[in-house]
Amino acid sequence: MMSFISYLLNGLSLGSVYAIIALGYTMVYGIAKMLNFAHGDILMVGGYTAFIALNSMGLPIPVAVLVSMAVCTLLGITIEKVAYKPLRQANSLSVLITAIGVSYLLQNLAQLIFSANPKSFSSFVPLKPVKLAGGQLTISGETIVTIVTCIIIVTGLVTFINKTKAGQAMLAVSEDKGAATLMGVDVNGTISMTFAIGSALAAIGGILLCSAYPTLTPTTGAMPGIKAFVAAVLGGIGSIPGAFIGGIILGVLENLAKAYISSKLSDAIVFSVLIIVLLVKPTGILGKKIMEKV
Amino acid sequence: MKKVLSVVLAGAMAASLVACGSSSTGTTNAASGDKAAETTAAAASGDSGAAASSDLKWKFGSQGPLTGGAAVYGTAVVNGAKIAIDEINENGGINGYQVELQTADDEHDQEKAVNAYNSLKDWGMQALIGPTTSAPTIAVGAEAVNDNLFMLTPSGSAVDCTNTANAYRVCFSDPAQGAKSAQYIGENKLATKVAILYDSSDVYSSGIYESFASEAQNYGIEIVDTEQFTADSKTDFSTQLQKMQASGAELAFLPFYYTEAALVLTQADTMGYKPIFFGVDGMDGILDVENFDTSLAEGLMLLTPFAADATDDATVNFVTKYKEAFGGTPIQFAADSYDAAYIIKAAIEAGNLTPDMSVDAIGAGIEEQMKTLKYDGITGSGMTWDEKGDVDKEPKAVVIKDGVYVSAE
Repeated sequence: MMSFISYLLNGLSLGSVYAIIALGYTMVYGIAKMLNFAHGDILMVGGYTAFIALNSMGLPIPVAVLVSMAVCTLLGITIEKVAYKPLRQANSLSVLITAIGVSYLLQNLAQLIFSANPKSFSSFVPLKPVKLAGGQLTISGETIVTIVTCIIIVTGLVTFINKTKAGQAMLAVSEDKGAATLMGVDVNGTISMTFAIGSALAAIGGILLCSAYPTLTPTTGAMPGIKAFVAAVLGGIGSIPGAFIGGIILGVLENLAKAYISSKLSDAIVFSVLIIVLLVKPTGILGKKIMEKV
Repeated sequence: MKKVLSVVLAGAMAASLVACGSSSTGTTNAASGDKAAETTAAAASGDSGAAASSDLKWKFGSQGPLTGGAAVYGTAVVNGAKIAIDEINENGGINGYQVELQTADDEHDQEKAVNAYNSLKDWGMQALIGPTTSAPTIAVGAEAVNDNLFMLTPSGSAVDCTNTANAYRVCFSDPAQGAKSAQYIGENKLATKVAILYDSSDVYSSGIYESFASEAQNYGIEIVDTEQFTADSKTDFSTQLQKMQASGAELAFLPFYYTEAALVLTQADTMGYKPIFFGVDGMDGILDVENFDTSLAEGLMLLTPFAADATDDATVNFVTKYKEAFGGTPIQFAADSYDAAYIIKAAIEAGNLTPDMSVDAIGAGIEEQMKTLKYDGITGSGMTWDEKGDVDKEPKAVVIKDGVYVSAE
């Protein structure tokens, strides 16, 4: 029983990281209708920035987190302005390829600057592991912080979108860009803001990911990025609660499959579930039906 | 505007790639260039000393990457051979004939390796200490078998390196490391219950795992848990580690590279899981991971044939001479190559061969002797070879104490 709880917590922790990254994918998709494949690499940049801020510059942890978020926000907005905005009227395939290009650019730049040698990331969570049930159950500080942060972010985002003017503008743009423009919404500004929020979240995701799994390489963001994308699709891309649910399901499934079925087949099992869910609900668990006009 | 931007972006990308390639090779070139210069200088002085005794000499070749990304390995092999040959010449040569050593650079490239081999052959090479890396060894083996030129690779560990009749090796083959780890753990009674974690998407890691698993029983080892990870999910090991902990294993066998091992050790520490961790040669490098807390690797054991801090006379002699001649502590490759030169010497002496014989006759003579030769070197005692050319020797291990390697014995 204790081991089950422990596997479950591992899964929740990993799932929360996937969820935080998936939020960035899902927001950008919802509003700009594009898949930002460079999202995982922004996460990696966030990790390196935090690493330098903490270890080389000796900044305190909260400041290092803010610096990392600021750098990622700037990077996200710049990428949007330089690489994606000129392609706003182009077909979605061109934008997708551009995003993949940006992803490789970031990875190679990181390799050039930081070299391919792995760096060991010192944890941003100063909490000691909690021991329960007479030491049978150990919960690491990272696990607790990751899960709590994820819940705070999701609640905060949902409130932001439903209660504030800027959030309403985002909803309007996601539903109909043309109509939103006519209603006086600044579409370009809203899209930039979406990238800014998504990239800041990527920075947090990167720090939490590297704190829990402390190796930093230029490709650190690639695989979690893809898993988070899968989580976003599973939950229903474009939906914020969907990204959260998708991330948690993916993380928990991955860990339980590893624990009770086979650590070799865990990925295969996770992706089989994805296929089954999408066969039953093609738009994902919380996805909206899209009416195609003929 | 769009076009300008895309051109700029493409340019930036290309520039980053180009800069990436050139900067890395640039630094290694410079580093190995110095070493190579020293080698030639040392070779020249050795030659003049040898010329006095006799005109007829043994001609040995040695090759490996002396420039490029893998230069550190080729340089070590060439330097190790150089030290052995100098010692042999000081002590009267082989069967009364001095030895001349010629080296060639193969840049860890198959085609260049064959070219390097051909230039050594034109010079009159009679036996080859090399090549250094696996792919060039396979390529040169296919070429050298036509001349029946005896080649002994110090460090080509891929299974196929000894495919041809004339090719032998000093190091263990990749899968042999698994069997030897089982032997070491069993014979030194480190543990009876062992858990294994390996990368099922990697040939090296799963090859070692398979040979370990098939040999474990012979040494009284019970494998209580086997866990895998893949290249796609190699960050989160907590579930695998928990299962290994729950299985009650006293030793965790980790046959993969140090990059992942650093993560495994950190996560195990967070969980409070402290078995004996046991790795193979891919674990070498764990102490150099930037910002890695080396206290986590305390007590970690790894199977490697050579420990530079060993206190036996032969190792101390080699390490001292190496430091004097080239600066820096010799790595395993240099020690393998040092042994290789002496193994060839032992085989030639046992077969009573002389340098006036043809390459084919010398090759056949050495190969005949290799069947029965037994050699004690600095990378293992009681080395013998099977007909395929693979070595069998006592495995050695090192353990990490206070952040440095020390012999486990």
